[in-house]
Amino acid sequence: MKTARQVGIVGYGAYVPIYRLEASEVNRVWGGDGAPVEEKSVVAPDEDTVTISVEAAKQAVRRSGIDPSEIGAVYVGTESKPYAVKPSGTIVAEAIGATPNVSTADIEFACKAGTEAMQNCIGLVGSGMQRYAMAIGADTAQGRPADALEYTAACGGAAFIFADRSADTVAYLEASYSYVTDTPDFWRRSKEMYPRHGSRFTGAPAYFKHIQGAAKGLLEETGYKPEDFNWAVFHQPNTKFPIRVGRGLGFTMDQINPGLVAPKIGNTYAGSTPIGLAATLDIAEPGDKIFAVSYGSGSGSDAFIFTVQEAITEKRGGPKLVSFIDRKKYVDYATYLRFRGQIIQ
Amino acid sequence: MSVPRYWREEVPRYRLLGKVCAGCGAKFFPARPVCTECGSTEFKDHKLAEVGEVVTWTVVRNPPPGFEKYKPYVVALIELEDGMRLLSQVVDVDPEEVQKGMRVEAVFRRVKEDGKAGIIQYGYKFRPVVE
Ligand SMILES: [Zn+2]
Repeated sequence: MKTARQVGIVGYGAYVPIYRLEASEVNRVWGGDGAPVEEKSVVAPDEDTVTISVEAAKQAVRRSGIDPSEIGAVYVGTESKPYAVKPSGTIVAEAIGATPNVSTADIEFACKAGTEAMQNCIGLVGSGMQRYAMAIGADTAQGRPADALEYTAACGGAAFIFADRSADTVAYLEASYSYVTDTPDFWRRSKEMYPRHGSRFTGAPAYFKHIQGAAKGLLEETGYKPEDFNWAVFHQPNTKFPIRVGRGLGFTMDQINPGLVAPKIGNTYAGSTPIGLAATLDIAEPGDKIFAVSYGSGSGSDAFIFTVQEAITEKRGGPKLVSFIDRKKYVDYATYLRFRGQIIQ
Repeated sequence: MSVPRYWREEVPRYRLLGKVCAGCGAKFFPARPVCTECGSTEFKDHKLAEVGEVVTWTVVRNPPPGFEKYKPYVVALIELEDGMRLLSQVVDVDPEEVQKGMRVEAVFRRVKEDGKAGIIQYGYKFRPVVE
């Protein structure tokens, strides 16, 4: 897919909470020996998807240098909204000063909700409907105690402000692609606290099929090959999957490594691919090409090709994502449960 | 805090937005109807600085109702870079790590929840500056 008008990213930000739970701590409590990631990020008791979104959004606004009242859309992609009914986007837009002349909505598509918000914002700017549109992917994901997802279900988010491509944009979009089928690999019914998943069904027919579908579709449409890119980002439910799918497509570890944050923060769900893209923009140089593919259960993938511009060197001031990843306090399993409100009082 | 009052005070709390007196330039946060320096009732918006330092602090171990899940927590008097002072929780820090002069920055957090079914009140808190 290509836009009628060329679209770029004018500002971005990413945030990960300070607390971490190590895989070894989960194993200590439940007697397992797994380590799909080394450790995962955990929210403080006063954080949620809205506060994570505001943190990333404020960074994006500051770096963009734009007046936030000119932002015409704020879309929050998440599966962990603080309210079942009341849009998270209203609170985020009010907090950053984008109200009242703004379109907002919460967008759902499991772990792909963040990149789906990006596709929506790209469309709004690419059609000329909005001058600036902000897409956020953020989650405070929870796994059932003792479930395999408990090692990885993590918290964090990233925000991108889209605008017409200009000398002010830090990267411009070359093309994007979406690939969706009805695949019941992971779900949560209404009023259920934890999601269920189809166990082995989450691999080949779900994650791999959809990422490969979107990636191959976009490569074919644009005529690029994996070696044409400097960097590649894939959705990160654990450490192994993004490496396996990336290498299978012909990408190298050197291309994947800068955006591979799951080993240190876990799977931030709707935040995962957006955070990986932000981590890659943190180290990219003008002219670099970035390939990014999300995955959301249910299932689908969005793929993007961005080319980094000159403005990146002066518009990524302030703390980078690595500052938030390296800033950490470990919690034990009991404190983790307390922070997540999982202890019955 | 009632829902109408939370809503009325939302923007100043969300964005650290105070008032500056049109008569004498005195700054206020939160806003006041009459300037305590010159008696003027005309004000303009004043965006507070979001970085400051801890002047003094206390550790709350027996919090008022609605704040129990955050205990123990730090409440500090903070002097912002624009000279304004305010009281705020300081988060992402263990109580024993807080020091006079510690550089802190504003963050947007949950302040209080009205039970499991009521409104979630958001507002500013501060944390050690992330470089
Ligand atoms: Zn006055």
